[in-house]
Amino acid sequence: MQQILDALKQSVMIEDVRKQRDDLVFITVSEAQAVSAITHLRDRANFTHLVILTAVDWLEEGLFQLTYLLNNPAEKKDIGVRVMIDREKAQMESIHHLWPAAATYQRELREMFGISFPGSPRLNETFILDEGWDGPPPYRRDFDTLKYSEETYFPRPGRSTNDPAEYMKSMLYPEVDND
Amino acid sequence: MRSNDDFLSKKIVPGVEGDEIEVDPIRDYYCDAVPQVSREYKRAYPSIIDRFKNWARSESIWILAYGSGCGAIEMRPLMTPKYDAYQYGIQWRPTPRQANLLMVSGYLSLKTLRIVIRAYEQMPSPKYVMGLGSCTINGGMYYDSYNTINRLDYYLPVDVYVAGCMPRPESLLDGLELLKKLIREGKGHGADIYAEKFEWYKANQKKILKSWNMPDYSW
Repeated sequence: MQQILDALKQSVMIEDVRKQRDDLVFITVSEAQAVSAITHLRDRANFTHLVILTAVDWLEEGLFQLTYLLNNPAEKKDIGVRVMIDREKAQMESIHHLWPAAATYQRELREMFGISFPGSPRLNETFILDEGWDGPPPYRRDFDTLKYSEETYFPRPGRSTNDPAEYMKSMLYPEVDND
Repeated sequence: MRSNDDFLSKKIVPGVEGDEIEVDPIRDYYCDAVPQVSREYKRAYPSIIDRFKNWARSESIWILAYGSGCGAIEMRPLMTPKYDAYQYGIQWRPTPRQANLLMVSGYLSLKTLRIVIRAYEQMPSPKYVMGLGSCTINGGMYYDSYNTINRLDYYLPVDVYVAGCMPRPESLLDGLELLKKLIREGKGHGADIYAEKFEWYKANQKKILKSWNMPDYSW
């Protein structure tokens, strides 16, 4: 694994390396160099399989973290390429020319996180939210799902919540003063 | 997704013998007539024939075997020898045309709600709806989800709710017994209530299914 990273460092600036296991490493690269790093891993290091492309919303930092998880089926190794992109701009270079299947992931990210991938096929067609969704992208953390649900789906009144620990204590030991 | 216009507009399709047939989907595939309230529902007292019919209906509950959520898994022990609901005249049917009870087993996302509404409207009257689990009652653990409905009775007329997450087959049997009792007493009027408050139900359905691309009533 170290050899792969050393070879990658020749062409790409790696900002952070996090070794999860012997056969699983997460690296962080800059937005500009991400696609060239992924291309290098696919063509030179035999990471021929794109396992998943997913995003994390870092609301407080104002960033989206994209994770491209790549797999080397011959040597049974995985590498995760993390890219931090600006949350306001929310735009990333598309990798559908490397794996056609990536277009599906990018459509999903476009719909659920509002991250744009210019040039990706069928990007702006509805994918999962095809019942006439008109709200903001629902996986963004500043989208209040509870408020949306209460405004849209006729909540039934009388819903209450108990703290499980307190509730069990009061049920099992009613004579003890729980305060 | 197909737009409303080209899905429902008139078109010419090739026939078997090379001829061309004009198809008007709204008239040929669906019926856009609004449902009507039955005569039994309008009567002040049930007649003897009505009572006999209600008894017969209560003893032959045919369930549409459609599972929308996790509750569908509880129907398997119910229909197999452990609980054996068949001995109570309850059986599962493969199509809405043969069923008179729609069991909504668990949470409904918008996509499944659309299918459930169509399945319900394709069932022949009299028909009943049973909501299983807390998801159909008040949203259950999905109460704050952005695309699952919170309460079923705003979209379909529910006869019986069975509480639980998920209800066990025993409570399902209990709910079915309650439904039988309601039908025998002449209170199984879900389809008539749906016809009576049709506009209210349709308004609620269309409020959340914003891309409504099917006829208002299809059976």
